[in-house]
Amino acid sequence: MYRYIVNRILLVFPTLIGAAALVFALMRLIPGDVCLVRLGSGGTSFTAQALAACQAEIGLDKPWIVQFGDFLWGLARFDFGISMWSGKPVVQEIATRFPISLEVAVMATIIAILLAIPLGTISALKQNSWIDLLVRSFSIAGIATPSFWIGIMSILIVLDLTQLATGHPWMPPIDYVPLWRDPLRNLSIVALPAITVGYRYCAVSMRMTRSAMLEVLREDYIRTARSKGLLEKIVINRHALKNAMLPVVTVIGLEFAFLIGGLVVTEQVFNLNGIGRLMVLSVQNQDYTLTQALVMLVVTIAVLSNLVVDLFYAWLDPRIRLQ
Amino acid sequence: MSLVAPTQSGSATLAAEALGPRRGPVAATIRFIRRQPVGSIGMFLVLIFGLAGIFADVIAPYNPTANDFAAMTEAPSWAHWLGTDQLGRDVLSRILFGARTAFVVGITSALVGGFSGLVLGVSSAYFGGRIDLLLQRINDIVMSFPLIIMALAVVSIFGTGVHNVIAAITIPLIPRCQRVVRSSALAIREVPYVDAARALGFGHGRIILRHMVPNVVAPFLIMLTSFVGQAILAEAALSYLGLGVQEPVPAWGLMLQGGAEEYATTAPWIAIFPGLAIMLTVFGINLFGDALRDVLDPKLRER
Repeated sequence: MYRYIVNRILLVFPTLIGAAALVFALMRLIPGDVCLVRLGSGGTSFTAQALAACQAEIGLDKPWIVQFGDFLWGLARFDFGISMWSGKPVVQEIATRFPISLEVAVMATIIAILLAIPLGTISALKQNSWIDLLVRSFSIAGIATPSFWIGIMSILIVLDLTQLATGHPWMPPIDYVPLWRDPLRNLSIVALPAITVGYRYCAVSMRMTRSAMLEVLREDYIRTARSKGLLEKIVINRHALKNAMLPVVTVIGLEFAFLIGGLVVTEQVFNLNGIGRLMVLSVQNQDYTLTQALVMLVVTIAVLSNLVVDLFYAWLDPRIRLQ
Repeated sequence: MSLVAPTQSGSATLAAEALGPRRGPVAATIRFIRRQPVGSIGMFLVLIFGLAGIFADVIAPYNPTANDFAAMTEAPSWAHWLGTDQLGRDVLSRILFGARTAFVVGITSALVGGFSGLVLGVSSAYFGGRIDLLLQRINDIVMSFPLIIMALAVVSIFGTGVHNVIAAITIPLIPRCQRVVRSSALAIREVPYVDAARALGFGHGRIILRHMVPNVVAPFLIMLTSFVGQAILAEAALSYLGLGVQEPVPAWGLMLQGGAEEYATTAPWIAIFPGLAIMLTVFGINLFGDALRDVLDPKLRER
């Protein structure tokens, strides 16, 4: 078991270094640099000296290999440097935008889990009934619908409903306040994006719950449990659901990582100032340090949730440990 | 092209086997419709949008890019069945032409991503050892990398346009396909006939293409259909963000950009219909894919 864990943890590092190399190379393959964007943004002309001075100031005149070494050395010390565009520390740029993205992601996950597991289970238990058909249509539609369109539709519905009810169309506020300071205002900002993102997430987990439950319910030990006269409730909750949770947990873990990276579209629809929009902005400004830090953040979350899922799997399923 | 031939014949035999004794394509289709009514609805939806895309030039009542400032944000009527947008363009015509963009991007990305993943996945399993380790690490990197940064970088380096959108969508599909194919192929590698082929002195290429690939075709085909749906959704999202297909090319994601929110209360049809088109198409593809899985997956057939 220890060997497995150590091996699995050691595998994290090549992935992180590879991702670092990839984002480093991709950013530098884009023609131009932050100095050109900064100096040329007003459409004004600038001298070659000004450009060279700007590049020297940020360190863009150093050879790539030196820049890459600096980047990796910074990562190793958790020092992400200063944003090339704004001049503020990268950590500060991210810290101001991270809470709202994280809150949307966490709320979407909670919505997804609370709906997916019970509905998926019922759907499997009553296979081919009208409930099953309903749940399945709901989940296939969730996978087929683009989340940004659900976002647009939810805004449209809120606008129309408030127009009908009060005569004035109402839109959720966009300036973020933390949950603990003004819960109501916070929720009115986060609720729609969370539902929008959560629907797809819920659909994916629901399908997984249903098919895993269907498989488990056909196992011999379920028949044994029933034949020894256990209450159906105990058979379902203790024997079936517990064993069906493995693939469901995997999907929930993997989708969460995907979610953080995929918030860009939702933040665009709802005008939220989160890390998804920061990502787009940082690439457009050719802000190497900020983009690199953001990519490393997303990749680390993905790699770690993969790791947690794998270790959790090994803990739950003894067969994996022995391999 | 030698790559495509064995796979297609393999898939055809597999599908034919799954559908029972050898029949003509018409009989097989009728049997599929009878056995999989829900999947047939999916197939029907895909056919409708597919044909709409192919024959858009003939069916579309208006030029999809022609502005008509005398008929801006007009509600659905006999003249404009689905209304007009903020520039007076006919929404129905744009949806029909948008189907073409969606299917071109969706099918190309799925095919290129799928076949690259197929070859890499089977090779990875076949060679094992260091090659496998290296390919799987590259897989990990690409899979954890945010799609949007990849797309932004591709677009910034090569410029916007349909080809580059396809590239941006295809790259992340490769590792996902590779992983699934690899796990099926790992099991096949241990089967005696692969050893026999090796003992007969066949080359690596022949063993991979002729002996291993046809046996992973069932999971591969199922994945390929779901890839088409995923690619269509990705194209819509990228176009919506302004990173995908550019005006004046009609694309569903692009139609939702800009005016859609602004005219939410005055002209909601601008936002409603393109979204419905995306949803119905991908819905159809998924239903069809589910039915295909039921037909091709022997584990499910036994039940």
